[in-house]
Amino acid sequence: MLTLVLIILPLLFSMAAFALKDERRVRLFALVASLAEFGVAVAAFIQYKTGCHCLLLFSANWLESLGVSLKFGMDGISLLMVMLTTFLLPLIILSSFGHSYARPSAFYGLILLMEMALIGVFTSFDGLVFYIFWELALIPAYFICAVWGSHDRIRITFKFFIYTFTGSLFMLVALIWLYFRTPLPHSFDFRALYGLSLSQGEQGWIFLAFFLAFAIKIPVFPFHTWQPDTYTESPGPGSMLLSGIMLKMGLYGLIRWLIPVCGGALDEWGQPAIILSITGIVYASLIAIRQDDLKRFLAYVSIAHVGLIAAGVFILNLKGMEGAVIQMVSHGINIVGLFIIAGYIEARTKTRSIANLGGIASKAPLLAIFFMLILLGSIALPMTNGFIGEFLLLMGLFEYHAVYAAIAGLTIIFSAIYMLWMFQRTMLGKTTGFTSEISDLTLPEILTLIPLVIMIFWIGLYPDFFMKVAGPDIQTILSYLH
Amino acid sequence: MTTILSLSVLGVLVLFLGILKKKSWLLPLILAGLGIALCFTMTEWNTGKYYYHEMILIDHYTVAFSSVMILSTFLIFSFASHYYRPVQRPLDDIYAIMIFALTGAVMMTSFSNLIMLFLGIETLSIALYVLAGSHKEAITSNEATLKYFLLGSFISGFLLFGIALIYGSARSFNLHEISVFIAGHADQLPPMFLAGLFLLIAGLAFKIAIVPFHFWAPDVYEGTPTLLTAFMASVVKTASIAALYRFFSSTFHGIHGVWEPTLATLAVLTIIIGNLSGLYQPSLKRMLAYSSISHSGYMMLAIIAFSGRSANALLFYVLSYSIATIIAFGILILIRESKGNDLFSSMNGLAKTNPFLAFCLTIALLSLTGIPPLAGFMAKYYLFTAAMEQGLLWLVIIAVMGSAISAGFYFKPIMAMYLKPPEGNPLNAGWPYKAHILLMTILLFIFGLMPFLIIGLL
Repeated sequence: MLTLVLIILPLLFSMAAFALKDERRVRLFALVASLAEFGVAVAAFIQYKTGCHCLLLFSANWLESLGVSLKFGMDGISLLMVMLTTFLLPLIILSSFGHSYARPSAFYGLILLMEMALIGVFTSFDGLVFYIFWELALIPAYFICAVWGSHDRIRITFKFFIYTFTGSLFMLVALIWLYFRTPLPHSFDFRALYGLSLSQGEQGWIFLAFFLAFAIKIPVFPFHTWQPDTYTESPGPGSMLLSGIMLKMGLYGLIRWLIPVCGGALDEWGQPAIILSITGIVYASLIAIRQDDLKRFLAYVSIAHVGLIAAGVFILNLKGMEGAVIQMVSHGINIVGLFIIAGYIEARTKTRSIANLGGIASKAPLLAIFFMLILLGSIALPMTNGFIGEFLLLMGLFEYHAVYAAIAGLTIIFSAIYMLWMFQRTMLGKTTGFTSEISDLTLPEILTLIPLVIMIFWIGLYPDFFMKVAGPDIQTILSYLH
Repeated sequence: MTTILSLSVLGVLVLFLGILKKKSWLLPLILAGLGIALCFTMTEWNTGKYYYHEMILIDHYTVAFSSVMILSTFLIFSFASHYYRPVQRPLDDIYAIMIFALTGAVMMTSFSNLIMLFLGIETLSIALYVLAGSHKEAITSNEATLKYFLLGSFISGFLLFGIALIYGSARSFNLHEISVFIAGHADQLPPMFLAGLFLLIAGLAFKIAIVPFHFWAPDVYEGTPTLLTAFMASVVKTASIAALYRFFSSTFHGIHGVWEPTLATLAVLTIIIGNLSGLYQPSLKRMLAYSSISHSGYMMLAIIAFSGRSANALLFYVLSYSIATIIAFGILILIRESKGNDLFSSMNGLAKTNPFLAFCLTIALLSLTGIPPLAGFMAKYYLFTAAMEQGLLWLVIIAVMGSAISAGFYFKPIMAMYLKPPEGNPLNAGWPYKAHILLMTILLFIFGLMPFLIIGLL
């Protein structure tokens, strides 16, 4: 039942937000609403941890004649994703307080609508309902980025829309195909889809269709070309939603739908998929080093990091998959933190160019300290959240093939290089014309960042708390392969 | 049967009111009359009878499609008082002709004899030739009617010739007897019969505007007065595709191997060319013309994939397509009225000046694109499922690619409305007009979330 509440609540909040007019009120309402949603998610988490380890399943008939039912529930993996979404959303809303957006009711209404769609994606246990939420998430994301983005937004967000829409249409074809392979009466229920015995050739085609949809969303090299532009042109909260949560839809889709349904195809396609993912790591890292625009830099950083996660999913061993799930959470926290800091810097200096920045640490020490803490998580320093995930992922890759692990391991070196170099150029050294007047963090801004920092170290120091949630379900997912 | 009668009576009544110069009574009478006709139609559910020596068959299929067409006409007439505001004369002729056209459309869904099909098509077409040219002063309207009439009457010749050839081989116009003939000669059909069949396909394809018989559509749509274009894009399309479906699902299903490749080729061409051409249109009206062409391509899938599900899928598709199209045309009327043209640039910033109308148009266009949870998505989903069930994976993949391309042009007006700064006057619409559009927008949500209201009917 809680699962259903989690989905319906943001929808109601979103409608209410559309009705409000005054900017201050809408903001405050959105913040309170997202906190309430987080509260419900925590309640679900507690119920799950203390009680049943069940699916918190809600099930109702919808299109009976077609075997489509509203089946929502959460296993450990979904639960972590829902926690991530509901945890990040208040922070994303809070971080936008310093900025005044035109038509605020629509802006915050769309953010809350997006939350509904995202939670729907993470909790659907029916193939078609999953697809509906998957597509639904695209609409608010498109409008947030297109309406409130910067100058070249029209062309770029359109490219983003067409790209992702095309990818997901092929997933729809694959889902209908699977539907007709289920025993009579046909159904989209995940158990029915998991239980299919498909021939190797069929699995290959289904894999390609799913892979296209998910790879575009994640994005895996070479399907990433929409991503840097979109992240750069989007408003701050838009970039955070896309990078922090929306790309997890793709990774989640791999784990929930691709692996159990057509994981057998990875015998054939696993190698190319892993090679693409690892290529993305090296490629994006090299480009990130050369970036001057702070947001564009973060976009490439994100491609590099998710490349490793995708590779971890495709190797199909327990370590890799566990690493992927925990790293999905960590990456969401870190990248949103980095985007928030980038937003603060941009709001103060009116520039995103790294070349224009410098010496911020001397003027705004708190900003620099928080930046450093989040950055450490991102470059996977031991005791931070990034370390746990990347360590597991690389171990998993090593079990699979040492050479891949070696190449992917470059990510640790690369990320240290580009992150620290960027830190050095923006925070240290002499102040410039842009940074000489920079003010330090205000109290609300500190309050926004503190939860993120707490999470970075919580996951880094005591990962078991989170790993235990998802562990059994990851094993279940992998068991469908054999 | 009562549908055809009541509509004919309604048309005549409207003409009488015109003679009596009761302009203000016209629209209330028409709306009430259409409501009554809709009720009459519904009461014929479950009767399943032949009339007039098996000329007409009233079954579930007829009732369902007739109801959709009457509903669409009702929705279009609700725009009429606003659309014809500046016109002083009574307009009874235009309204009466629209109702006669609707009568023809109903005949096209209920025929069980080829002569009846031809009568229906001609009743509809002749009415449309007049309607296309009903804006006598405008040169575009004259152009539209001339083009439509010349091509349409030429194609009617094809159709009649096809019917004659079929009669020549089967010795009957009756669909049932023709199917007996087909069953008897399934292995070697006379060439004359096949020639007749393909001429018939060509004739109907022209009426639906299927590639390569579609060239008239964008020009005629553009020149025709917008209210009547909405009628063409919804009611006429429904009637022709319903006729085509009836034709191939009952009588000619026995030899589907013969016509299936042809129809499949036409469907593929329609989807690809319709959508690709849509990308290059400068104005909303022409874009909607190509949108209607490409949607007929999707609808053809239901015919090719004939099964228990496909009639349902087609009904739902036609309904959701009609509603979304009528919303788009309703707002197009306002845009043309206040800006003088319907280029995408004249829709710039509509979201700021008219947020409500912009929202409704966006929902309609998203529904046409096939975005969940709107009716258009469910319609496509049912259609694709029906096609997939028959193993037509390759057709579904082409249709899916077509949908992806169509997002390219459906988003042009959306981008203009939301992302460009406003210019010019805001659109001007009274609350009844807006309420009407709101109602239809809500219908798109309702049918998208509760498709079972419609889908179990047939």
